[in-house]
Parts: sequence; C-alpha cells; structure tokens
Amino acid sequence: MAGRNTIATSPLPAQKTKLSDHPASANWGDRIFYNLVRLSALFVIILSSLLVIELFHGSWEAINKFGIGFIWGTTWDPVKEEFGTLPTIIGTLVKSLLALIIAVPISIGAAVYIAIFAPKWLRGPLSYLVESLAAIPSVIFGLWGLFVLVPIVRVIQIWLKGHFGWFPLFSGPAVYGVGVLAAGIILAIMITPIITAISRDIIRSVPKSQMEGMLALGATRWEAIRKAILPYCRVGLAGAVILGLGRALGETMAVTMVGGNAFALITSLFDPVHSMASQIASEFSEATYSLYISSLIYVGLVLFGITIIINILAQILIWKISNGKVGIIE
Amino acid sequence: MNKRDDQVNNEGTATEERSLPHRRVHLHSEHQQQGEQKPADMPISISIQGLNAYYGKFRAVKNITLDIKAKQVTSVIGPSGCGKSTMLRCLNRMHEETQNGRTDGKVLLDDEDIYDKRVDPVAVRRKIGMVFQKPNPFPTMSVFDNVVAGFKLNRFWVNKSELADRVELALKQASLWDEVKDKLNQSGMALSGGQQQRLCIARTLAVEPEVVLMDEPCSALDPVATLKIEDLIRQLTSKYTIVIVTHNMQQAARVSDWTTFLLMGDDRAGELIEYGETKQLFTNPKDERTEAYITGRFG
Ligand SMILES: Nc1ncnc2c1ncn2[C@@H]1O[C@H](COP(=O)(O)OP(=O)(O)OP(=O)(O)O)[C@@H](O)[C@H]1O
Ligand SMILES: [Mg+2]
Repeated sequence: MAGRNTIATSPLPAQKTKLSDHPASANWGDRIFYNLVRLSALFVIILSSLLVIELFHGSWEAINKFGIGFIWGTTWDPVKEEFGTLPTIIGTLVKSLLALIIAVPISIGAAVYIAIFAPKWLRGPLSYLVESLAAIPSVIFGLWGLFVLVPIVRVIQIWLKGHFGWFPLFSGPAVYGVGVLAAGIILAIMITPIITAISRDIIRSVPKSQMEGMLALGATRWEAIRKAILPYCRVGLAGAVILGLGRALGETMAVTMVGGNAFALITSLFDPVHSMASQIASEFSEATYSLYISSLIYVGLVLFGITIIINILAQILIWKISNGKVGIIE
Repeated sequence: MNKRDDQVNNEGTATEERSLPHRRVHLHSEHQQQGEQKPADMPISISIQGLNAYYGKFRAVKNITLDIKAKQVTSVIGPSGCGKSTMLRCLNRMHEETQNGRTDGKVLLDDEDIYDKRVDPVAVRRKIGMVFQKPNPFPTMSVFDNVVAGFKLNRFWVNKSELADRVELALKQASLWDEVKDKLNQSGMALSGGQQQRLCIARTLAVEPEVVLMDEPCSALDPVATLKIEDLIRQLTSKYTIVIVTHNMQQAARVSDWTTFLLMGDDRAGELIEYGETKQLFTNPKDERTEAYITGRFG
C-alpha cells in the first residue's frame, strides 16, 4: 500500500519522449547484424565459385588431353596414361538408383508409421533411433556391410542365379558377394534414415482435416493416407527423396568397401562395381604423375556436374508437381 | 431458368424473407404444414443410448440418450467446450480417430449398433457422412475429382459417364453446379470459402449417405455464404437426416426441426439438458438452464 501511494504522489513530472530522441542511426546492433549476414552469404558464394574454379583448374590437363570424350571413355589405364570414366558414372548412377528403389518405399512407409500410426510412447524413441542412425559414420556401415551384409548377399546371389540365371540382371558372377547389389543395399540402408526423418516431419505437417475429410467419406486409413495425405505433401516428399539421392551419389567409404571396385561396365546386379567417389578416394594416393591426378580431379568435376544436373531436374520435377495441372478427369 | 431460380420462386423468394422478423415463426409453421405427422411417432434414424465419450481418462460426453428423427434437421447447441463436437464425432465413429478417444454406450442406425464389434467404421462412415467446420477440399484434386473422391473409393472401375452424372447430381444437390460447371477441372482451392464448403457437402452427398453430420459448417463463412448453406440444409432434409452443431442460436432456430441442448456438468462432462422440437425449445423451454442459455444469461 505504501509503495502505491508513493507512486501516485510522486513529485516527478511525467516525462514525454520524442520520436527523434531515439534516432534510427543509433541502431548499431541492427546494422552490424545486417552486415554480418550479408558477409556470410557472400562467403558461401565465393566458396562455391572457388570450388568450381579449382575443379576446372586441377583437371585442366586431363580436359585438354581427353576432352569431353573422357565421359564416355571406357579405358582407365594409368600405365598407358589413358583415362575415361564411363564405367564409374554408370556404376554410380545404377547403385544410387537401386538404393532409391529399395529405400524410398521403406522410408515413406516408416515415416507414415511414425507420424500417423505409432502410439505416442513409441514415437519419441523411434524418431530418436532414426535420427541417430543417420549420424552413424559411413565407415561403420562399410564394416558392417563387409562382415554381415556381403555374406548374406552372396547366398541370395547364388540362389537367384540358380533359379533365375536366365534373367539378364542375375547373370553375373555370383561368387563374390561384393558388387552392385551389395553396394545398392548398403546405400539404401544409409539413405533410409535421412529420407525417413524428413518425410516424417513433412507428413506430420499435413493438416489433420485432410485425413479426417477422407476418412469421413468412408476411406480406410490406408486409402486416406494414399489419397489425401501423400498427395498433399508430395512436393516435400520429392524433396526428401532427392536429398537421399544426393547422399547416395556422393557416398564414398561404405561403397568402396562393398562395391568390389572393378573398373568395367556392369552388365548384371552381381558384377563388382566402381563409383566415381570411391575411385577418387582409393586412387588419389597412388596417382604418381600429373595427368593421373588431373584425370581423377576430372572425375570429381564430372561427379559435381552430375549432381548439379540431377538437382536441376529435381527442381523442375518439384516445380511441375506443384504448379502443374491438377487432377484431370480420367 | 436454372434449378436455383426455380427453387427461389417455388419457395416464394426465400432470400427476401430472411430479413423479415417473422421469418422464424413462418419457417416453422411451414414445417408443420408439411409434416402433419405427430412428432412422437416419427421414424427414427439414429438412436443414441447411454453414450459416453472419453479423451483418455477425461469424460467429455456423459450418458447421452437421444433419438434423432429421420429426414429432419436436428441441431445441437450449447456453450463452448460442452462436448457438441465430441458427441457429433461419436455418431460416425470419427471420435476413435483422435488420440486416446474412446466411447461406450450404443448408437443405433436403423436398429444396428454402429459400435458392434463386427461393424467396420468404414461402412458406418459411408452411411453417415460428415462436413467439417473449416472447408477441407483436397487441394491436389480438381473440383470434379473432389466430388467423386469418396464415391470412387473401393470401386475398381467406374463408368466415365456415370461418374460425370454423379458429379453433376451431387453439385446440383449442393446448389453449386451453376457456379462451378465451367471450372470442373480447376483445383478445388480455386473456389471461395462458401463454395469450398458446398463442395465438401457435395462430395459427402456423392457417397449417398443416409445421415449428414455438420460441425459448425458456417462458422468460417461470411453471412451471405452462410445463408446459402442454410437454404441448402433445408432443401437436403427431404432426402437426408441432418445433425448440425452450431454456436449460433438464430441459426439453430432457422434451420432445425429439433434441437438438442448440451451443458457441461460439474465434472466438466457434457450432458443432455433438453431435447425437443425447435420451436417449443426456443419459445417454451422446459428446463430453466435452457431458458437461461437461450436468453443469453450465460454461455
Ligand atoms: N483432442 C482432445 N483431447 C483432449 N481433450 C479434448 C480434445 N478435444 C476436445 N477435448 C475436450 O473435450 C471437451 C469437449 O470438447 P468439444 O470440442 O466437443 O466441445 P464443443 O462443444 O464442440 O466446443 P466448441 O463449441 O468450442 O467447438 C472440452 O472440455 C475439450 O477440452
Ligand atoms: Mg466444436
């Protein structure tokens, strides 16, 4: 009570502030912050340009010698000093595609389960598990692949070859275990957590009213998910898949360990396979002369180019999905 | 002359009458002329018997027993949080889609308990459709596909012309055909809010339910769109049983034949206080709490 009285009878006159008492120029913090973020953006741009310049610079010798034909060259012979990298391009693409074919249905299924079906008490631990799976270093996957996955794949290969050997994809040598199939599976396992984690967040962000609207029309839960939820967030899901693809394309360590690393055009799922990233990683230390080194950097440039092209295609795809015509009458 | 014009002419400039103060009374005397049947022996569509609804341990709806008359509009009114939406969602088994949602008691549709163990909720929802508070068309589908989204479910093959007929019929029933017949291929999101809500009504009707549940279908709409939906509800009652939750007592008085008043008890569970013919409930309520609510003394 006493305090209140003091304020009420305070002898101080009420002070009125003017707008100009606090001029805009006094906002130092704001300006520093603005310049800081601008600098960061600039830094990113400079860094990526430097990267491209360096790639071109480093591979210049090989570009001069082999030209664009390097991309469809099928010889990689350090002794004869002849280089071309088509087998690793094909190997990289095939493995990544195989990984997507395996990983996408599993990831989206898992994401749907976590986001929609899982009971509350299970949701947290499950999400945590998925996220920590995404953080496991790739060499661990490689070791696991080598000791656990490859022997299993070998058994599967022998069985497939025995029963479906006439099918071209299963016609390769079934003795190694290492090869396209093992590499594709290990890649699939590696990209599943990231696709799952992102898809889960995307699916969870779909308004409840969409699912309920479909259910109220007499849809089963499966139908409601397929016809209301997944279409609603298809752009986001496409983004998640592309992120996974990006990781698969550039993945080096695990793939080097279970791929078999034979430089040849693959003709079946069982062939040993080399990829661009693992070729660079495994041969860089033994590259003894400048054209060799330059050729390896050229491979890096091609990988960079392919990643960019796939990202652009993905952007176009996403743009088409989101802006394109909606359901035309069938 | 299109169907809507006919409608207005037949009913005698329905929209003009909205502004007249006597409209309410007029509407009801009209109903009574139409249906000479005594309220007591009217056919029953849904019979709710001792219904309780829970969210986990919390009971939101307590021991409701109520008969909903067939081909009539029944409104559910009551203060916010008294369990209107929850009760409505129990009638087509949507409540169990909520986390921890569960019910006990019986809800009979044509003498069959929809909560019977052998009954599939999917089958229930085909017979008892639902329209939500916020219009929720499917944004990736065209207007056309939105209308038949429910109809096409669990049909492997549908005749194209049959599909087109059904779309036209449903849109006409929802008084939307004239406004959208030229944009059937556009996205459902390209419509106004009121049109979107009528699109949602159309897609519900396309499944040919017996009952249509509506949870505050006009609360996200402007007054003109609201009047259109109210008109529509009155038209639909010739074919469908309608249960509508509303916050707006004028709306309940305007559109419904029967009114249900819910109120939260001491344990915060919603209870049925009074149920009766709309006119009687609004002019001569039996329970003093009903009277207090409709005269605006609380809620
Ligand atoms: N998902 C939920 N989980 C837990 N409690 C809920 C949930 N939804 C509603 N409730 C509770 O159940 C009670 C009834 O809610 P309900 O939504 O049925 O009320 P209502 O009458 O529809 O209110 P309003 O008029 O505001 O829409 C409220 O006390 C509310 O807090
Ligand atoms: Mg409600």
